[in-house]
Formats: sequence, structure tokens, C-alpha cells
Amino acid sequence: MIEVKNLTKKYGDKLAVNNISFKVEKGEILGFLGPNGAGKSTTMNMLTGYISSTSGEVLIDGTDILDDPKKAKANIGYLPEIPPIYVDMTVDGYLNFIYDLKKCKMPRKAHLKDVCALCKIEDVRGRIIKNLSKGYRQRVGLAQALINNPPVLILDEPTVGLDPNQIIEIRTLIKKLGKKHTVILSSHILPEIQAVCDRIIIINKGQVAADGTADEIAKNITNKHKMTLRVEGPTRSADDKKLITDAIKAIPGVKYVRADMEREKGVYDYDIETDGKTDIRRDLNKLCADNGWNILMLQLSDLTLEDIFLKITMADEVIRTDDDDDETSSKPRIDIKVSPNGKLRAVKEADSTDTADEAAEKAEDTDNNGGEE
Amino acid sequence: MLAIYRREIGAFFTSGVAYVFLAVFWLVSGIFFYNGVIASGTTDTSSMFSSMFYIVMFLIPVLTMKLLSEEKKNKTDQGLLTAPISLWDIVLGKYFAALTLFIIAESIVFIYAFILNYLGTVTWTPLLGNYFAMLALGAAFIAVGLFISSLTENQMASAVVSLVALFVIYLSEMLVSSFENGNRLKKIVYKCVTTLAFYSRYVEFTRGIFSLPSVLFFVSAAFLFNFFTVKVLEKRRWS
Repeated sequence: MIEVKNLTKKYGDKLAVNNISFKVEKGEILGFLGPNGAGKSTTMNMLTGYISSTSGEVLIDGTDILDDPKKAKANIGYLPEIPPIYVDMTVDGYLNFIYDLKKCKMPRKAHLKDVCALCKIEDVRGRIIKNLSKGYRQRVGLAQALINNPPVLILDEPTVGLDPNQIIEIRTLIKKLGKKHTVILSSHILPEIQAVCDRIIIINKGQVAADGTADEIAKNITNKHKMTLRVEGPTRSADDKKLITDAIKAIPGVKYVRADMEREKGVYDYDIETDGKTDIRRDLNKLCADNGWNILMLQLSDLTLEDIFLKITMADEVIRTDDDDDETSSKPRIDIKVSPNGKLRAVKEADSTDTADEAAEKAEDTDNNGGEE
Repeated sequence: MLAIYRREIGAFFTSGVAYVFLAVFWLVSGIFFYNGVIASGTTDTSSMFSSMFYIVMFLIPVLTMKLLSEEKKNKTDQGLLTAPISLWDIVLGKYFAALTLFIIAESIVFIYAFILNYLGTVTWTPLLGNYFAMLALGAAFIAVGLFISSLTENQMASAVVSLVALFVIYLSEMLVSSFENGNRLKKIVYKCVTTLAFYSRYVEFTRGIFSLPSVLFFVSAAFLFNFFTVKVLEKRRWS
């Protein structure tokens, strides 16, 4: 339905969007995630033809937005960051204007009634938009996008300014719309994206940093086979560290152990990484029991989307400095691949799995810069 | 185009701009009508029409100041530019809305004509000629104002700059009036400025000469500035 190829936008020397490529299928809800200034809105503005791209193509249902803008735009309903509403008009007057503007052919009264019912603005139809609250304005903006039933909906932060109840309503509405329409929505609110979207693209510094479903990204970019262990050694002092580290390292399947900070007096945390195939928790428990060490905590580092988001957006800087010549590549930094044994893996495009792990490791290091070896 | 035209007309009235514009236009033109026609005991309306140049010049910026600048400021242009319409639809919709209001305002002269009809015989041909000349002048000025409105986000700046631009167009002729009998360079400057002049072309009509080239000049000026406006919108998209 939507195809974006090597989309780039430069503002003078500043590269706002760098070589983004992705595809959205019919009936898919795609979430655009990224920190402020990552290029989400710029990308959306290019998708809708509000601004042009410096290079690259946007195809809406096979029509290039710059070659045949009228035809392509007729397929899009767009809710920009600031809803394009004329504040001195009534809701009804405004929606009628949009109806005319989009040259809608559907029966006017019935269609507007449907749209208003969908966005729950029936009771304010006669009011002047100036006097409406932010939430209502946002919904009028959404109603505007829905007029003429466009197959593609592009919503830039649709829930900004709404109260929690309304947010839930709008989310349900978007999910409902996603059955008939192709939806792209942007947000920097992670739970929202997680709740609504089938697929997520994380954008950072104008580049696609990750692309996949929430679970895929969550499972892979963060090594699920990572855990933190807090164990009380025999001497309750720093001398335990070496002893315990070595003992854990001896367990088959353990790849890496590192003593972390002293969280309680004389008790240290250990970051353990396994090869991802063996479950070492039972062995670990046995080891501690045999030696008389007390396990005070065992936590799997099952990261949330939030952690991944932070990791990707922050790790990027680290990776970036390492491979400068790679920077112009159009491919996502980390891609989700299904390996032969059915497991999903995060791989750095065109690289081996090891490099991706290394990259993740590097990212890990930056997060734990308070740790001691 | 029609949707935008209708919205703009509505916005003129809801925002009050239309009332201010019409009230001031009719008040000042009424004064000119009283002074130039009634008080001087004549049915010749040409002096009234030549004074009307100033109202047109001063009031057109009020009409055009917010047409595009406010869209940009309130980000409503995003709605227009992503709608399945062309840039010409947007520009012409707004242009004709302003022109319509201007026509409503200037049609007051027909009321004056009826008043004159009671007091004496109205010479309809020069009156109609002047009416269309003023229409052409307004058409050109609105295009200039709309163009300037597209350059800024600030209504006030748009109004002031439009006023200054129209004023410079008007004054340029006076500035070079002494150049007519100067050396070759001065003559060339004089020729250029008078060819592009708005005022003398307009005044020509009030002297009873209906010159088709002048009408064509105003219409081309209107087209040219609307074209520039479209280019400004297009450039914004590409920058």
C-alpha cells in the first residue's frame, strides 16, 4: 500500500531523514517511534506530500506522490502534529469544507454523521472550534482525516493532549480503523505504540534503527539470555567476587560473567550472559546451594520496549563513531531475522550475528558505565 | 477551488475583516462622492473615481494580509497542501474570494449613480468604464497583496509590506516625472517606470479613455503575481 524507497531529506546541510526505506502492507498498523527530532514528522510530511523529498520515492498505492500528487493525496487522510483546523469555524462548517476540499462523493449528511460518531464529536458539531478543548480539537482533526474514507491514514501523534480515557478511546478507534485502512502513526509514547501497532519502526537520527513487531524487537535486540544475580558469598567482602565469578564461569553455557556494583553491604551483583541455548538457572541454584552461598536475587534482563528504545537511540551514537563509512547505508542497523532453528535473531544487516552481538555488548557497556570489573 | 473560495468568503465575514473593509470603503468613497460630485454640483463622476485610487491602495492590504500568512502561522496550510487539489486551486480560491469582496465594495458606485439619477442625467458610459477600470486595478492589487501574504507568517508585516509595495508602485511615477526630458538614461528609466505604472494607467480611464492595453496590463499583472504566489508555495515545499 505504501512503499518508501531511499527517502532522504536535507534542510541545507542538516540531514533530517537519511535514506529510509520501508513498506507497509494493506491493513497494517505501523508505529513510528523515535525521540524528538528523530525525523518522524519530516518523514510523515514527505509521505503526505506536504514537503518534497531531497531524493527517494514515496509510492502510495503505486502512485508516486510527486508525480501524480492529486491521485496519491486522494488516498491519504492526514492528521498532522498540529491539527489543521480553522478555529473560527464551527465543527460542522469545517467538516463540510473538508468534504468539499477532498471532493468527496459520498452522501454528505450520512458520511459526516458517521465520521462524527466515530470520533465522538456529535455533541459539539454546532460549536465554534475556538471554544473547544484540546482533546476535542484533536478529534476534529482526526475526523477531518477520516473524511472521504481514505485507504491510508497517517496520524502524527494522534493522542497528544487527550486525557487517559480519551487516549484509550482513540487507541481503540485506531485499532478498529486498522481493519479497513492502512495506518501509520507516530508517537514517542511507547505503551501506545505497543498497544496499537502490528509493526514498529524505530527511527533515530533520521535512520531506521529497528523494524519488526514489538515482541520481535524486544526478544532480540536485548539478549533475553542475560541475567543479573545477587549472591552472598562466604566472606561477605570483595574477596568473594573472584571466587564466585570463576565458579559461575565454569557452568556450561555461560559466556560471560562480570561482577557489578556492591548493592548491599558485602554483597555483589553479577551480570551473566549465556549462549542463549542453555537454561543455567538450575545449575546456578545448585552451585550456590552446594557452596552455601545465598541467592538474594535472580533477575532475567527481559527488557521492555522502553529499554530497547533507549538502548537503540543511545547505542546508536556509539556504533556510529565506530563505522563512519557505513553511515550512508540505507539498511536498518538491526534487522530481525528468523534463523533456521526457528529462533528470531537480531542481526546487523549484511553482517554476521557476532557483530550484532558485539554491537549489543557495546551498547550494554554504555548503559552500565557505573560498573566495576 | 470552490471549497476554498467559499471558506474564504465565510472567513472574511466571521473574522470581521469584511465589515471593516466594507465600512471604511463605503465611508471614504461616500466622502469622495459628496465632495467630488454632489458638493461641486456636477454629474461627472471621474474626479470621484480618480480619488478612489487611494482607497483601493490603502484597503487592499487589509483584505489580503491574512489570506496566506495566517494559514502558515496556524499550520492550516498543511491541510490544504495535503488535500487532493493543486496549488492553483488554493491560490485562485483565495484570490477570487478577495476579489469578490472588492467587487461588492466597489459596486456602491451604482447606488451613487441612482442618487445622481434623481439630481440630473447620469453619463453611464464613463461611469461603467471607470467601474471596470477600478475592477482591473483592484484585481492587480489583490494579486500583489496575496503574493506578499504568501511570503510571511505575520499578518501585520504582510499588511505593511503590501501597503508599502503599492505605495512605491504609485510613487515611482512621481519620482521619475522630471526624467522625461533628461538625458538618454533618464529617458529609458522614465519609459520603463511609466510603462509599468499603475496610477497613470488608471487615471487615464477617469479622463474618459477606455484603453484596452491598460486593462490587459492589469489582468496580466494579476496573473503574474498569482503565478509568483504559486511559485512561493511550491518553493516552500521544495526547500
